[in-house]
Amino acid sequence: MSVKEQSMRRVTAIRNGTVIDHVPAGKSLSVLKMLGIEGKNSNPVSLVMNVPSKKMGGKDIIKVEDRELTQNELDRLALVAPDASVAIIRAYSVAEKLEINLTDEVVDVARCTFSNCITNNHREPLPHRLVVTNRAPLELRCRYCGKTQEVDGLINNLL
Amino acid sequence: MSGIITMDDLTNEEIISILDDAERLLPVAEGRLYLPLLQGRILGNLFFEPSTRTRMSFETAMKRLGGDVVNLGDVKTSSVVKGETLFDTIQMVDGYTDIIAMRHPRQGAAQYAADSARVPILNGGDGAGHHPTQTMLDLFTIRRAHGTLEGLSVVLAGDLRYGRTVHSLSHALARFGCSVTFASPDTLRMPEEIVADLRAHGAEVTETDDLLAQIPGADVIYMTRIQKERFPDEDEYSKVAGAYKLHANDLADANAEMIIMHPLPRVDEIHPSVDKTRHACYFQQAFNGVVTRMSLMCWLLNVPVPEDVEAVGGAF
Repeated sequence: MSVKEQSMRRVTAIRNGTVIDHVPAGKSLSVLKMLGIEGKNSNPVSLVMNVPSKKMGGKDIIKVEDRELTQNELDRLALVAPDASVAIIRAYSVAEKLEINLTDEVVDVARCTFSNCITNNHREPLPHRLVVTNRAPLELRCRYCGKTQEVDGLINNLL
Repeated sequence: MSGIITMDDLTNEEIISILDDAERLLPVAEGRLYLPLLQGRILGNLFFEPSTRTRMSFETAMKRLGGDVVNLGDVKTSSVVKGETLFDTIQMVDGYTDIIAMRHPRQGAAQYAADSARVPILNGGDGAGHHPTQTMLDLFTIRRAHGTLEGLSVVLAGDLRYGRTVHSLSHALARFGCSVTFASPDTLRMPEEIVADLRAHGAEVTETDDLLAQIPGADVIYMTRIQKERFPDEDEYSKVAGAYKLHANDLADANAEMIIMHPLPRVDEIHPSVDKTRHACYFQQAFNGVVTRMSLMCWLLNVPVPEDVEAVGGAF
């Protein structure tokens, strides 16, 4: 059995839903948070963490049952798992493969981490805009205050 | 519409062109010539935190050019205190005016306003962020004194850590190939990312804590105020601040053409004895705020400044 098969079979196949593979090892909890999956009220979720990966050394895999993630939801993941691969599963088969796109600007995903930024007045209505200034390693700056953003800080500031 | 939020909104060519326009507008700024280039235009002065020079010089600039000004007034008595968002305030003033000058305690407020407005925004300071019109008047002052912006030796002294003025200015000076020396106490050094950024762009940067040793080679010494509240106790403040005071006696070895600048208000970092020396340039610098802002408003409102101002302007 290949490394890939071993990894994928740690949890059972899902009938319908979304599989997010190649999540950087240890980042799957952040991914769930970004997708708003937490607590008891979400769909069934299977999580595999720190499994060996030829491509990445180690990786996480997430399977979300009975929920097809939208492109917009996936693009949010670009902050923590830009190289993850996503498959939509219908009747146990891969129905669609989706890509995560890191756009030039990450809009209304997270609030600027600088406390004195104008956007941290919660009543201001304009969108939260983080400009991608470098892709690898990922660097973002707030469009308004210009402060460089720590990705870990952004995860705590998700909208 | 956008406006001028940071110095990055202007190319070097645009900076030079705006300074050239300002040069031609000097007789108008000085009140020797009447030239109502902005007649019928209204400036909205939105100062959400205290300002003396910036607010007054914007107002003077618009009035010298025949335009009018509406003021937000005291924030404590405006709708801001009732909880109005900046977005809503801008929507309102946007409808009343042709151009807005703004200062706000929160960083990023100017860009936010520019994204919300139809009329151009001139950033008069946003938190510890940018203050590009101050940088433009500083550049104007330096160019008038030395005839060029290129290749000068400029010393920035005092509180370099928190001063938005010196952050913007050092970037602009680097763009024109000046060598920049930062003279400050260790606790108030220029932020590392700015020093790194300047060096990455090829600027010659020196850091020191000895201001007086820099005087002989300098073309410009730009002083800033060291604020007491940055220090844990008064003794510590007195010890540090004492090393960043200029007295006329310190200037014996200065170049004849060296100028001393200060964004004002000063406390005691420049002794009044300096005022009488040929090097003192800070009051001229404050005046230059008017003519530079006149030029900036003409530029943003697409009103060309005539080549021969004396020929088209009228006498009072």
